[in-house]
Amino acid sequence: MSWGLEIVKAVGLTIAVFTFLAVVAAMLGVLLERKIGGWIQSRLGPKHVGPQGLLQTVADTIKLLQKEHIAPRAADTAIFNTAPLIVAVAGLLDWIVIPFGPNLIVRDLNIGVVFFAAMASLTVVGILVGGFASNNKYSLLGGLRSASQMISYELPLATALIAVAMQAGTLSTLGIVNAQAQRGWFVFLQFPAFVIFLIAATAEVNRVPFDLPEAESELVAGYFSEYTGMRFALFQLGEYAEMFAMAAMATTLFLGGWRGPILPPVIWFLLKMYLIVFLLMWTRWTFPRLRLDQLLNLSWKLLLPAGLIWILITGFFITFF
Amino acid sequence: MLLLDWLYVGVFAVVGLGMAALPMAIVWALAPRVAHAQKRLTYESGVVPFGQAWAQFNVRYYLFGLIFVIFDVEVIYLYPWAIVFQRLGKFAFVEMLIFLTILLIGLAYAWRKGALEWA
Amino acid sequence: MGELAAFIILSAITLASAVVVVTSGNIVRSALSLVPTFLGVTGLYILLQAEFVAGIQVLIYAGAITVLILFVIMLTEGGTGLRVRQTNEQVPLSILAAAVLAVLLVGVLAQAPWPRAAELLPQYTASGIGEALLTNLVLVFEVTSLVLLVALMGAIIVARRER
Repeated sequence: MSWGLEIVKAVGLTIAVFTFLAVVAAMLGVLLERKIGGWIQSRLGPKHVGPQGLLQTVADTIKLLQKEHIAPRAADTAIFNTAPLIVAVAGLLDWIVIPFGPNLIVRDLNIGVVFFAAMASLTVVGILVGGFASNNKYSLLGGLRSASQMISYELPLATALIAVAMQAGTLSTLGIVNAQAQRGWFVFLQFPAFVIFLIAATAEVNRVPFDLPEAESELVAGYFSEYTGMRFALFQLGEYAEMFAMAAMATTLFLGGWRGPILPPVIWFLLKMYLIVFLLMWTRWTFPRLRLDQLLNLSWKLLLPAGLIWILITGFFITFF
Repeated sequence: MLLLDWLYVGVFAVVGLGMAALPMAIVWALAPRVAHAQKRLTYESGVVPFGQAWAQFNVRYYLFGLIFVIFDVEVIYLYPWAIVFQRLGKFAFVEMLIFLTILLIGLAYAWRKGALEWA
Repeated sequence: MGELAAFIILSAITLASAVVVVTSGNIVRSALSLVPTFLGVTGLYILLQAEFVAGIQVLIYAGAITVLILFVIMLTEGGTGLRVRQTNEQVPLSILAAAVLAVLLVGVLAQAPWPRAAELLPQYTASGIGEALLTNLVLVFEVTSLVLLVALMGAIIVARRER
């Protein structure tokens, strides 16, 4: 095993995953969002660029690449430019532990689930700093609120992850999928954890009903306000990558990952992941937005105690039966 | 091998950073740059911005952050417990029951004292 | 060989970021440099075969503590781009003192009879830590929960008094 070869493999994999994310998560994801939003609202989404509007996001990307780089004079340039990078990289790193198939995982870390939670918490730093660096009241408030929301929901997310880890007896994502071969999909055994995970995941990626920090009517665009052009696109890439990562994690933890009868494993995995993504998008276009204090109450007073109690219940059943 | 696993993580981070910075470099190369004083003004809903941008000190953000750190540390103890408690018998479960009860008491205290209120 | 290279790179990252944290005039830049410092330490934990500790280092330090520090900076009035003066009038004397300390430390540490591990380090895996916490160190484990409870109560009391 030579280090050089491994490094080359790693670089190749990074490029592959990044491209996958840029195409599937960002481009297709944004398009899906607009199309689904359109259908739910009884209208067609984008339909002119390419067949059925499929090339819409490509056109948007090309447009964004040519936008002028504008930064407010009062902003701290180095930090202003670094913040979107942090969010994008954190969203990318989450994908290291996602298993696409029986051996299709970048690296099966022993602490897979912990690593996932850790990368999700790195995103908060990027958003907070982005809000601050713009030197704009709206951005700062948006950044602070968003950070408060995200950290509040990391705890219920962790309790859901722990409940599944308890059921599977391992922190490795591959191990969890394999455990579902014997015990059945965890969505049945651990349904409360599934619900908690989905709600927490929606809040972690700042989507409706938890998108107050980005709400257009409230804070212009929250911490996004001063970000234009490609930097804005990078923030969006990071957020969509994170959303898809949450969906992928939900399929891994609860829906049996790649397991399924006739079709090849990767197809099953992608199907299930898109199902969850569809669920998240459906929620977005259906529910109204929660107020910040309602949002925080939901997390600290309902989801966190519920998650902890569910852990105790799961522990009780596993120990005594 | 552990070092190899995390080498991948490191490479991912570095290359990922590079790939994310690539579009920004493309913009720097391609995009027009017309200097105009108004463009660099901070946005404030169309009016001329006034005052420094700082949020009024509100201890609730900090309190939420503190409480979060404490519970995050608690959750960390749950991770190793989750994977070994099954083979260590009933006693392991009782130990965690005690641990979690003490912390739920803490959460209840915070709730009663209004530390979890946003308003 | 690979480990040595990794060690050098990680130490360089950690030390360089730490220097930025301590010397930067811009307080937000200083706080942001904590992130590479913590990530460098994470790498060092991996070199010591402690992967679970590395994971929670990222989770707690880079994720939670950095956020907390940034909250404080952003919420204090002078937070926006406050330039702090990082040096005082005694720079030459302090350089001398630091150099003497460095020589002393390196001298003592280089001469200490460090025990050498006979073979590879054991892996401090999550399950190993879990077992230890629940069997040998169970009292420590329970007391930790009490420490956390006291910390929580203290934080609430201190913060509320300022209202």
